[in-house]
Amino acid sequence: MNGLQIPLEHVLIIASFMFSFGLLGLMLRRNIIFMLMSLEVMLNAAALAFVAAGAKWAQADGQIIFLLILSVAAAEVAVGLGLVLQIQRRFKTLDMDTAKRMRG
Amino acid sequence: MAGSNYLWLIPFFPLLSATLLMVTAGQLPKKIIGFLGAGSIALSALCVALQAQHFLASGEIMQVTLWTWMSVANFAPGIAFYIDGLSIVMMSVITGVGFLIHLYSLEFMDDDSSYSRYFAYMNLFVAAMLLLVMADNLLLLYLGWEGVGVCSYLLVGFWYRDPANGKAARKAFVVTRVGDAAMALGLFLLFTELGSLDIQTLLLAADSKWQSGDLIPTIATALLLGGAVGKSAQLPLHTWLPDAMAGPTPVSALIHAATMVTAGVYLIARHYSLFLLAPITLEAVAWIGLATLLIAAFTALAQQDIKRILAYSTISQIGYMFLALGVGAFSAGIFHLMTHAFFKALLFLAAGAVIHCLHHEHNIFKMGGLRTRLPIVFWSFLIGSAALAALPFTSGFYSKDPILLSAWAMPNIGSYLWAGGLLGALLTAIYSFRLVFVVFFGEAKTLPNKQPGWKMSLPLALLCLLSIIGGWFVLPLDHVFPAYSHGEINHSVEIISIATPLIGLAIAYGLFLGKQLSISGFTQSTLGKALQSFCFSGWRFDALYQLLWVCPYQVLAQLWRNEPIDYLYRGIVSLMQWSNEQLSKLQSGELRWYATSMVFGLVILVLIMLRSLS
Amino acid sequence: MSLALLLGILLAGGLVAWLSERWHKDLPRWLSLVTIGLALLQLVSSLNVLAPDSFTLVPDGRDASSWLIHYQLAWIPRFGISFELAMDGLSLLLVLLTLLLGLVAVASSWTEIDFKPGFFQANLLWTLAGVCGVFLALDLLLFFLFWEVMLIPMYLLIAIWGHENKAYAAMKFFIFTQVSGLLMLLSIITLAWQGYVHNGYYSFSYFDLLALPLDSTLAYCLMLGFFIAFVVKLPAFPVHTWLPDAHTQAPTAGSVLLAGILLKTGAYGLMRFSIPLFPEASMQFAHIAMSLGAAGVIYGAVLAFAQSDFKRLVAYSSVSHMGFVLLGLYAWNSLAMQGAVMQMLAHGVSTAALFMMAGALQQRLHTRNMFKMGGLWYYMPRMGACALFFAVASLGLPGLGNFVAEFLILVGLFAVSPVMTAIATLGLITAAVYSLWMMQQTFQGKTQLATKTTASLQDFGGREMFTMAAMMLALLWLGLYPQPVLDLAQPVIDSLQALVTISPQIAEASL
Repeated sequence: MNGLQIPLEHVLIIASFMFSFGLLGLMLRRNIIFMLMSLEVMLNAAALAFVAAGAKWAQADGQIIFLLILSVAAAEVAVGLGLVLQIQRRFKTLDMDTAKRMRG
Repeated sequence: MAGSNYLWLIPFFPLLSATLLMVTAGQLPKKIIGFLGAGSIALSALCVALQAQHFLASGEIMQVTLWTWMSVANFAPGIAFYIDGLSIVMMSVITGVGFLIHLYSLEFMDDDSSYSRYFAYMNLFVAAMLLLVMADNLLLLYLGWEGVGVCSYLLVGFWYRDPANGKAARKAFVVTRVGDAAMALGLFLLFTELGSLDIQTLLLAADSKWQSGDLIPTIATALLLGGAVGKSAQLPLHTWLPDAMAGPTPVSALIHAATMVTAGVYLIARHYSLFLLAPITLEAVAWIGLATLLIAAFTALAQQDIKRILAYSTISQIGYMFLALGVGAFSAGIFHLMTHAFFKALLFLAAGAVIHCLHHEHNIFKMGGLRTRLPIVFWSFLIGSAALAALPFTSGFYSKDPILLSAWAMPNIGSYLWAGGLLGALLTAIYSFRLVFVVFFGEAKTLPNKQPGWKMSLPLALLCLLSIIGGWFVLPLDHVFPAYSHGEINHSVEIISIATPLIGLAIAYGLFLGKQLSISGFTQSTLGKALQSFCFSGWRFDALYQLLWVCPYQVLAQLWRNEPIDYLYRGIVSLMQWSNEQLSKLQSGELRWYATSMVFGLVILVLIMLRSLS
Repeated sequence: MSLALLLGILLAGGLVAWLSERWHKDLPRWLSLVTIGLALLQLVSSLNVLAPDSFTLVPDGRDASSWLIHYQLAWIPRFGISFELAMDGLSLLLVLLTLLLGLVAVASSWTEIDFKPGFFQANLLWTLAGVCGVFLALDLLLFFLFWEVMLIPMYLLIAIWGHENKAYAAMKFFIFTQVSGLLMLLSIITLAWQGYVHNGYYSFSYFDLLALPLDSTLAYCLMLGFFIAFVVKLPAFPVHTWLPDAHTQAPTAGSVLLAGILLKTGAYGLMRFSIPLFPEASMQFAHIAMSLGAAGVIYGAVLAFAQSDFKRLVAYSSVSHMGFVLLGLYAWNSLAMQGAVMQMLAHGVSTAALFMMAGALQQRLHTRNMFKMGGLWYYMPRMGACALFFAVASLGLPGLGNFVAEFLILVGLFAVSPVMTAIATLGLITAAVYSLWMMQQTFQGKTQLATKTTASLQDFGGREMFTMAAMMLALLWLGLYPQPVLDLAQPVIDSLQALVTISPQIAEASL
């Protein structure tokens, strides 16, 4: 436990790439399952950054936040999959562009 | 019953009767309506006679304030009367001639269903006219002025079910209102400059404040002249009077010949000292009078409707009065006003009798040979025409001759004015005897179906008498106007002035009765026809005004009809709706769009934060 | 206290009238009459206790105790907001006009309203209460409150009982008034804040806010806030476009109230608040305001002539007549201001009568289109005579109230601006054009109606004739002996003029 072995920048670059891919996925995919997965990727990117930062400064905070993110992600998947089931049942599709109801 | 304490009775009787007739709205028996209508004027005339006698005996100018109309700051006009010789003359004419015309109306309007309404309007008119000439301040005068205007509107449009009558009535009111608006401005100017609308105070103040030829009195008198021109049907606001003949004939006699149309003359005469301060305006009065009298006389020559001929002759005769005022012969102007009231009322009433007895026929060329069939009317018409043409020893002669001589005596422009007036006199003789010869001589084309009764004959007879002897009346105007003398006049000028109407009579005889003269060659030529139609249309003034004022106003009204200003607000509404539509498109319901827009929003926010940090 | 009671009577009366429709549908209108009668009684009795000479004393514009009646009750003391009512000669005249026209409005809707008569009368009374409140309130926030109170019931009157296009008209009326009202609220709050800065305590009272030393740009902006709110209500060119729609669509009683008294609140506001609160700014602005007034006079008259709808014609004639008021107020001398006050009263009566006429015609003919009428005098001479009377009143026939008003305005204005006077005088001609046109199209000429309709036409009955006769007498009285009214208004005008020591001429010269 003497700090981070690889440079922090590398980890952060990987995290931001993951975040960007997640974001792109969220913006581009129409299937809600893929959108949920993209969300997970983004969460994990954030979590990675936290862990790396915690290791860098030898503080526990990063890992605590990681645990928090983990539980949030779990809750989100639970709620999200529930929604997916409902959507599938109502619209007979998982394509979010065809399932839109909230129009201005 | 004489003296200033009883002055209020004079306008009160007609006003009371008018109110009663209006409130009862035709529910009264016909006899009582007639009794009220004519009786109130008789009472009023009696009061005027007593007052006149009192005035002539004592020479005392009467002034009385009934109540203060309104009093704000230094503006405090009263409902107040000022009676001097001029007012007495006017009041006598109004109530005297007015009574005869009311008496005549009793029979003339006998078969009309709106008997009560007719007398209510007529009485209201007399009351307003009396207020006009009795007023001691310009505001009360203006009340009378507008009051007679409204009554004229009501009576011209009396037979309201014909839209043409309504149009004539509206035209009469609106055209005179143009003059009235100018007059109102004159009132504002006079009050602002002199601090009073009280006529006598105002004239004194004007005399002490201004020099002759100053700008402000010139503007003020020009504005007053605007009012006078409108009411007295002078150029350029004369177009309403011929159309105003749409009303019942006694109305034309009372309002559009004897009284209301001469109000302009009264207005100028009443403010003569103010006009003397503005020589330019005074000269303009003379020229307006001259131009009007010639144009109207030419027009009268070409008319075929008996009432329109008389209407144009009225315009022409008032032109003479304006000419007299313009050359400073104020007494002569007022004298002609009085004699004109007599003989023109006579002519109108006689014309009314012809129309009444001839199935409401107006075209003189469908009449003829009435000399033996309607003798009373014939003699009335003959006397009236003689006076109108100013044949020697008729009242018209005694009043028109001084006007011509005074015009001659005017320095520089005198001979032009005189020559113009003389030409007018010649034309007057021609058209008035054309009327007599065509209507009463020759072969009968339409036969009368009734004869005038005593209620119509008596006023005719009395007016005949007045038209003959009216020239010998001495008016109590010496203290009103400055002494005027046109000095020594060349005898040949006098003789020409006297001879001209006789020449006109001879020409008319030659043209229309003896047929010694013939102008059919000329009238059949293209030029002659064009000239005739030009004169017949009254020199195309109506068409001109239609083009200049009426059409633009209507076009403007149509353009604005849908409220151009509202387009601005509708524009704002449309903008709101449009932006609403655009913004609501953002609410597409697409999850991905929401996510994307949120990301971009965050990016922008972060960028802003970074910027502000650095 | 007596003034608060007056407002209370009207508000409570409205509530009672609303509830009473459960028992009988004729009851509300009687209750409405009784309520207005009670309010009048209350007014008269509160005047009776005053010393007779107090009506002629010139009140000190800055001292509440010198007014006829003054009543103040703390409301939100933390911000210096109080329930402050006061009456001087001007408010007295306008409150009297309000209540009397209230009676006319009830009479004109006597047989017209079948749908929810109770709620109708309630709205009518609440409008009256709002208007009276506007004329009496001297706390600026309270004034704003009443400004809104009169707006909402009027909106309901139009929106519920109006004619075919009522929703649009009501919304337009509401938005115009509301937006401009918000500008005024903004000005009021800023002004009170300035008062706090200057005095060290919060107050919304008129007396505390008069003569605040303001930065001239700020004063100009605040003045505009008030000005816009008031001229929208007046209404002046070019913010008048709500009026023809609202008037045309409103039920008869609504039109009577709108034209008769609601428009006067705008003029009152200008006279009481906008000009005295910001004297320099107002007088610098005077030439613009007068131009708007003159433009309104002509524009309204031309548009009145262009209309085919009877009510719309009368509505545009109001625009024209209220232009005179604007001219008179900004000329700011005794003559013109007396004329403006007179115009408020005379126009209130004459236009109310014309709208009542329009309502009566609509009830009988089921149309307001004048091209479908014509020749009605023959069938309904009494109605024709009344229409004629009010038509000539509206064209300014001397001897009737409108003439006195217009003449005083113009004669006062002439000293300030002869050019404006000349333009406004053209209004005398155009007024004749549209008034007589209206008479021609409705009562004269040939009738365009079917024989079936003309056979069943009923002339004015006793109730209508009585109302009309009362209004005719009022106009004659105002026209021939206006002195009592002038005397009542004169002290107020003197005191207002003492507050504004600058005249528009001087202001223009200093620009």
